[in-house]
Amino acid sequence: MTSFIPSGVELLRLLPEILLVLAGTVVLVLEGVTGARRGRELGYLTLATLLAALAAAIAAYRQPGPAFSGLIASDGFAAFFRVVVIAAAILVTLFSGPYLRREGAERGEYYALLLYSAAGQCLMASAAELIVLFIALEISSIASYVLAGYLRADRRANEAAVKYFLLGSFASAFLLYGIALLYGAAGSTWLAEIRAVLRTPAAASDSLVGTAAALIFVGFAFKVSAAPFQIWAPDVYQGAPAPVAAFLSAGPKAAAFAGLLRVFMSGLEPVTANWEGIVWVSALATMVIGNFAALLQSNIKRLLAYSSIAHAGYVMVAVAAHSSVGTAAAMFYLAAYVFMNVGAFAVVSYFARQGERYVQVEDLTGLAWRQPTVAALLSVFLLSLIGVPLTGGFFGKFYVFKAALEAGLVWLTVLGLLNSAVAAYYYLRILVVMYMREPAEATAELRAPTGPVKAALWASAFGTLFLGIFPSAVLEFATNAAALKP
Amino acid sequence: MNLLDAVLFLPLAGFLIVLLLPREREEALRRLALGFAAATFLLSLGLATGYRAGGQFAFVTDLPWIRSPQIRYHVGLDGLSLWLVLLTTLLTPIGILVSWRYISKRVKEFYALFLLLEFGLIGVFVALDLILFYVFWEVSLVPMYFLIGVWGHERRIYAAVKFFLFTMAGSVLMLAAIIYLDTYAGTFDYVELLRLQAAGNLAFRRTEGLLLFLGFFLAFAIKVPLFPLHTWLPDAHVEAPTAGSVMLASVMLKMGCYGLLRFCLPLFPQASRDCAPWIVALAIAGIIYGALVALVQPNMKKLVAYTSVSHLGFVVLGIFTFSPLGADGAVYQMINHGISTGALFILVGYLYERKHSLEIADYGGVATPAPNLATVFMITALASAGLPTLNNFVGEYLVLQGAAQVDFRWAVLAATGVILAAAYMLWLYQRVFFGPAPEAVRTHVYDLTRREWTAMLPLVALMVWLGVGSETFLPAIRQTNAWILERSRATTEIRVELRMPLQEVRP
Repeated sequence: MTSFIPSGVELLRLLPEILLVLAGTVVLVLEGVTGARRGRELGYLTLATLLAALAAAIAAYRQPGPAFSGLIASDGFAAFFRVVVIAAAILVTLFSGPYLRREGAERGEYYALLLYSAAGQCLMASAAELIVLFIALEISSIASYVLAGYLRADRRANEAAVKYFLLGSFASAFLLYGIALLYGAAGSTWLAEIRAVLRTPAAASDSLVGTAAALIFVGFAFKVSAAPFQIWAPDVYQGAPAPVAAFLSAGPKAAAFAGLLRVFMSGLEPVTANWEGIVWVSALATMVIGNFAALLQSNIKRLLAYSSIAHAGYVMVAVAAHSSVGTAAAMFYLAAYVFMNVGAFAVVSYFARQGERYVQVEDLTGLAWRQPTVAALLSVFLLSLIGVPLTGGFFGKFYVFKAALEAGLVWLTVLGLLNSAVAAYYYLRILVVMYMREPAEATAELRAPTGPVKAALWASAFGTLFLGIFPSAVLEFATNAAALKP
Repeated sequence: MNLLDAVLFLPLAGFLIVLLLPREREEALRRLALGFAAATFLLSLGLATGYRAGGQFAFVTDLPWIRSPQIRYHVGLDGLSLWLVLLTTLLTPIGILVSWRYISKRVKEFYALFLLLEFGLIGVFVALDLILFYVFWEVSLVPMYFLIGVWGHERRIYAAVKFFLFTMAGSVLMLAAIIYLDTYAGTFDYVELLRLQAAGNLAFRRTEGLLLFLGFFLAFAIKVPLFPLHTWLPDAHVEAPTAGSVMLASVMLKMGCYGLLRFCLPLFPQASRDCAPWIVALAIAGIIYGALVALVQPNMKKLVAYTSVSHLGFVVLGIFTFSPLGADGAVYQMINHGISTGALFILVGYLYERKHSLEIADYGGVATPAPNLATVFMITALASAGLPTLNNFVGEYLVLQGAAQVDFRWAVLAATGVILAAAYMLWLYQRVFFGPAPEAVRTHVYDLTRREWTAMLPLVALMVWLGVGSETFLPAIRQTNAWILERSRATTEIRVELRMPLQEVRP
């Protein structure tokens, strides 16, 4: 009889999530106790908590193993994604403060929601059982829905929140339905047990399994904004406050991919034939839709939304490779993606100014004259998003397509790479207006970024370039962590 | 760390230091950039004197960069890359000199990017790891994109984006081919690949080899550019600032030719030979088409741009004759084109700085107010037209003879390009420099300044040297081409080998 009282080491394995939830609650309570004027201090508290959670994630990794009767798997895979989503939250927190103060909306609840959402994402990365995974997804999602509509007075934000909530709830329902069917087929919600059951040919050929896999895929595909469930992303990213859009494009997406990979590469791994076709089609459709739609955008938040759809497509290519090399490639890609994409959104959030008046691509005209350093940093992010060497984005694509070729997906690789050439065009448009057009005479004043924004920008650029010049350590960690066989 | 690494990384160091300087100190920035470029050139002279024909690659450094998959910092120099590296290091300081007054806005960024460009270009020619090669290939693309887009003429943005997208479209397919090659052979290392191939462990099925070849070839053909993929070139050349046009024409176009010789021929010999008739046809079409279009251009810069299409047709023709003479001529012509077309762009840039026009019709009688400029232009134009004792003659002659050995009709068709070259060059010269000088020319055009002389003198000297002293340059080229051609004769049709050892039973 196993004891249900968690031991100390088990608590350690869940420490990042515990810290984040506790701090979220503390922030909420503190705000109630001290009044609404403490936004800035609560922001610092959030930052400190996130740094502590980062340390906790590393500490948890040093004691890998299951926790809470195997509901949690605190392994290298979990540690990797915990670090990625917490890093995303740290970067977003850094430039949220100045943005919210400008909008007159810096309150504790924003930070509390951010912490809860990050906690849910960490849990998604470490869940080894489907119900826990579902709960984690909901923690992350519900906090995200509220964050999207955080600026209550803004009609676009309201629209974004409602859309995100309604479509997100549908997706969650699909996921839950899939979990239920899988339980019916395999008789368990533990991924390890599902895997063991599905190894028997009789269970694997059950038509329920295929349906369950498809439904679970739908649920995750929505969260990562993979086609054909990507419709919500542009509207939500455009309507949500810029830092929230940055967060939504990074943390929840990475965490949803973590869940997707864990379910499909461990639990459903024995029935690969049932799902690889779906993933192949979805990957291609996601890349094509994302890139071609992005070509037509004039709003930079919408452009980045479609770009983030396209990037989900590249990661999906790695999933379609259904190998541990592919899993490692997806992990590396997401790490690079978080830095470059959050960095780009940080610039948008800095540049938008009060009421987000300046979010058209054209508004960036002559940025290189007005703020050369910001323009240079944004160039690094954009070049990385294009996939130019010596940036993380290049090695991300390189590893993804290498995994795909090793898995024999020649056509998907060629089409994906051609897609990335198409994508260059819309990123170049931003470089063009920044560097190749001089600013008009009467442009509104643009102050230099404040300390925290600068820190977020430089940290993102450092991460982007580091992963592009010295990718070995991160890739090796991912490779070791990617073998998800329980 | 050997001399080659120093030559490679010195421009990168210059790039970083220029970035750190305050942007107000423009004169200091110029001097610093020139200092770095000149130092790089002086160091690179050591490569030429220290290079000994012998082993396959000299000045090799081979260090691990990324452990898994194994990507190495593997660089080295042979007779093919040696002169291209020197061409790059020579033209960079010259490019900086001709930009001295011409570039007046965003000076810091200009010189920083120029040095970054030099880093990328040298890297392309010395990389011996396929991924490292790809990295440099793309790294050189970004600064050139900015050079055209920020400091170019009116339609610069269109030209810059077109240039970037054309190159990118080709290079992603090359990346796919490189990765495929690795999944097949388990290495990105060029030397290792050659070793595997020599041992018979790297044999492709015919279609497989063909597709891989095309993946590389397309990237290179766009860069060369081979007719009909050349449409980005006139735009990019015309819109780029003078120094950008110089680097683009003199060095960047050679990246494609270099890639053909370095990778396509040795790695995919069968596919190279299968495709050769088609490629030769396109090359000859390019020679004649480029020359005819150049003949009718009213814009000087565009005229020079189209001569590049024609001249590079010779290079591709020479390569795909698979004859020693043709290949030697092709490499020689790569250097010649770098010198003489670079010089032409500089001279056209000088005229533009004086009169702010590129239209031939706006000029006339320039020889009267600027006799020295006229003389230098004459030498360069004659060199470009292939006058004996000047550089282009040697390369073109070798290519034509190589082509004639394979098929005499090729040589006849290609030779029309030489005739047309004389026509468009001399006609251009006549319209710009002779005749009565309009008022605007007499008031605006002045003779060469000291700085302008300094930039042109080494190029003119090299035109003569390459024209009469070809034995200085050819031995290294000849030796490297010999083994490339030997490789290209190998057959890679699938071999069915018995993997089972014959003597399995131990005594």
